Amino acid sequence: MDRVDTMLLPELDGPVPTALPRTLGLLSLALGVGALVAPRPLARLTGVDDSPAAQAAIPAVGAREVVHAVGLLSGRRPAAWAWTRVAGDALDLTLLGRAMADRRGERRRRLALTTAAIAGIAALDVAAAIGAGRARRARARVIRMEVAVTVNRSPAEAYRFWRDMENLPRFMAHLESVHVDDLRRSHWIARGPAGHRVEWRAEIVDDQPNRSITWRSLPGTRVPNAGRVAFVPAPGDRGTEVRVRLRYAPPAGALGRVVAKLFGEEPEQQVRDDLRRFKQVLETGEVVRSEGSPNGISVRQQAMQRPAQPLPASRR
Amino acid sequence: MKANVWMGTDSVRVIDVPDPTIMNARDAIVRISTTAICGSDLHLYHGYIPAMRKGDILGHEFMGEVVEVGPQVRNLKPGDRVVVPFPIACGHCSSCQRGLYSVCENSNPNAGIAEKVMGHSPAGIFGYSHLLGGYAGGQAEYARVPFADVGPLKVPEDVPDDQAVLLADVFPTAYMGAEMCDIKPGQVIAVWGAGPVGLLAAASARMLGAERVIVIDRFPYRLRLAEEHAGAETINYDEADVLDTLNEMTAGRGPDACIDAVGLEGHHGNAAMYAYDRAKQATRTETERPFALREAILACRSGGVVAVVGAYGGFVDKFPMGAFMNRSLIMRTGQCHVQRYTRPLLDRIRRGDIDPSFIVSHRMPLRDAPKGYKIFQKKQDDCTKVLLTV
Repeated sequence: MDRVDTMLLPELDGPVPTALPRTLGLLSLALGVGALVAPRPLARLTGVDDSPAAQAAIPAVGAREVVHAVGLLSGRRPAAWAWTRVAGDALDLTLLGRAMADRRGERRRRLALTTAAIAGIAALDVAAAIGAGRARRARARVIRMEVAVTVNRSPAEAYRFWRDMENLPRFMAHLESVHVDDLRRSHWIARGPAGHRVEWRAEIVDDQPNRSITWRSLPGTRVPNAGRVAFVPAPGDRGTEVRVRLRYAPPAGALGRVVAKLFGEEPEQQVRDDLRRFKQVLETGEVVRSEGSPNGISVRQQAMQRPAQPLPASRR
Repeated sequence: MKANVWMGTDSVRVIDVPDPTIMNARDAIVRISTTAICGSDLHLYHGYIPAMRKGDILGHEFMGEVVEVGPQVRNLKPGDRVVVPFPIACGHCSSCQRGLYSVCENSNPNAGIAEKVMGHSPAGIFGYSHLLGGYAGGQAEYARVPFADVGPLKVPEDVPDDQAVLLADVFPTAYMGAEMCDIKPGQVIAVWGAGPVGLLAAASARMLGAERVIVIDRFPYRLRLAEEHAGAETINYDEADVLDTLNEMTAGRGPDACIDAVGLEGHHGNAAMYAYDRAKQATRTETERPFALREAILACRSGGVVAVVGAYGGFVDKFPMGAFMNRSLIMRTGQCHVQRYTRPLLDRIRRGDIDPSFIVSHRMPLRDAPKGYKIFQKKQDDCTKVLLTV
């Protein structure tokens, strides 16, 4: 199958980026090996060659750096390993501060330079740790769904209906509207609880007539999302298997909570209901309504059905 | 309008509710002339069907006059006299196109809950719980009929309401039970339950050429109807052992096919057996009392058919799977695909092959629905079928 099959949201479907943590790992390795192999030159360079205690401490610092290096280069849990580097930096800065307090002249100048360098690296470490942590949490929030329904219509009919993205709100309960800008781009508005709206722009990234459509939100969207729908002839001349894969990445914080409510507690059930409505619209012409579920299929409404009586005039 | 609504276990009430309106383009509104209380309405009345809500309008057997149609309904017009099948079916999904209307894939807006209970969802049914769609029923002055271009059958003036309203459910259900028996010349058919469906299943089996039909019940007045109107022999299970009697009547073969027209609220002649399942049902460790089904399986001739048209909702205990498997039995079942049968059965009524209205024992106005439920439940006054006129 094509590449979009495995990766709908490359920045969120793939592994956590590890470039910065790896670079810091290599730096740790260089520093660690240096400190273990040549403690004396390093002591001179940093201005602590006058202290026997420092001569003993440098190989220990080197050994610790090697541990950071192994962790960061392993590629596993980059955020946690970056935080161990931050802790090491704090320790180093403390030692340097003490050393600086009782030195003057050239040694003090070298110590000041070393401190500045370590502070700079510490800033990078903090950035790497926070960045890797955010990326990991964002991936943990990504919701992935694969749902399918069989529709008693040809793949061409099912494709045509879906390809006109402005039809999507007719069966996707959370959408208020989709406005098509051109052949590929569209503007989506989702209806949230308490009047919250979430908007984004999307583009079709892969379009195989009568077979599949793949779309994703444009970069810069607050709620990155992507989807692919495939229309496969059902065996035995029974219409079309409509197979949908969806990804979305709700952000943290208040907006994330709105998005979570939008999809309810069982996001997959909601998409299943969307597909049931899609089937109803294609097979019967519209969404089927009953007195108990006047808005048609909806998991949320099923929990709070009204009695099976005609609607009062005020609610029609 | 006035409507008969469910208020809780053993409680229904006729109250004022809003008039129905067109909600979908293929809807029609019917002004009801006659509606009926079904044996399966008693399952709702007794609280055995889950997902009922206080205020739900009951009733899935009704007929009347079309007063309004949605823009997509072209086969009906105001003034048409129609009978409405109880399963709501879209006519376009692959189940409907195979004639399996009672498992329509589109007509249950609450399919998500039904799937959790039954694996897949059956069709929506008028006035039959929110599990089956949350549709307002037809024990009312008016009803909204979805997919009116598929279900309702126009009824000619020469067929009275008493006969036509039975085409909504009981007659097709009974006929389908007999049809599932695949009756061949010389065959003996046994029917458990002499309620409206059992009686009409016996009559249908005769109509389809059964040599002998044996009806099993414990109410003499109902067994008398089976003898007089369905040409059946009868067994009163309060007086005789059913399996022994059937073996004797068939010289040890057993009936060629057995129809369970009882369903989930069966009764058993043996007090201990009855108490066992009644207690399990009361404590919700079993949802059904499947005496008729167990007995039908044990009675049936090896290689024969057990046709289940009595209604079940959940799970049965002590299902005699050993007898079922070792004796090569076949089970056929289903809520009736009424839309398949309405026209041919209307034709049979008009030809005089059968008059199904022999089951009707009571007619009363809609406002007396609570009384109708009570006498039907208690089987007072030789009650077999209550029609409500509007």
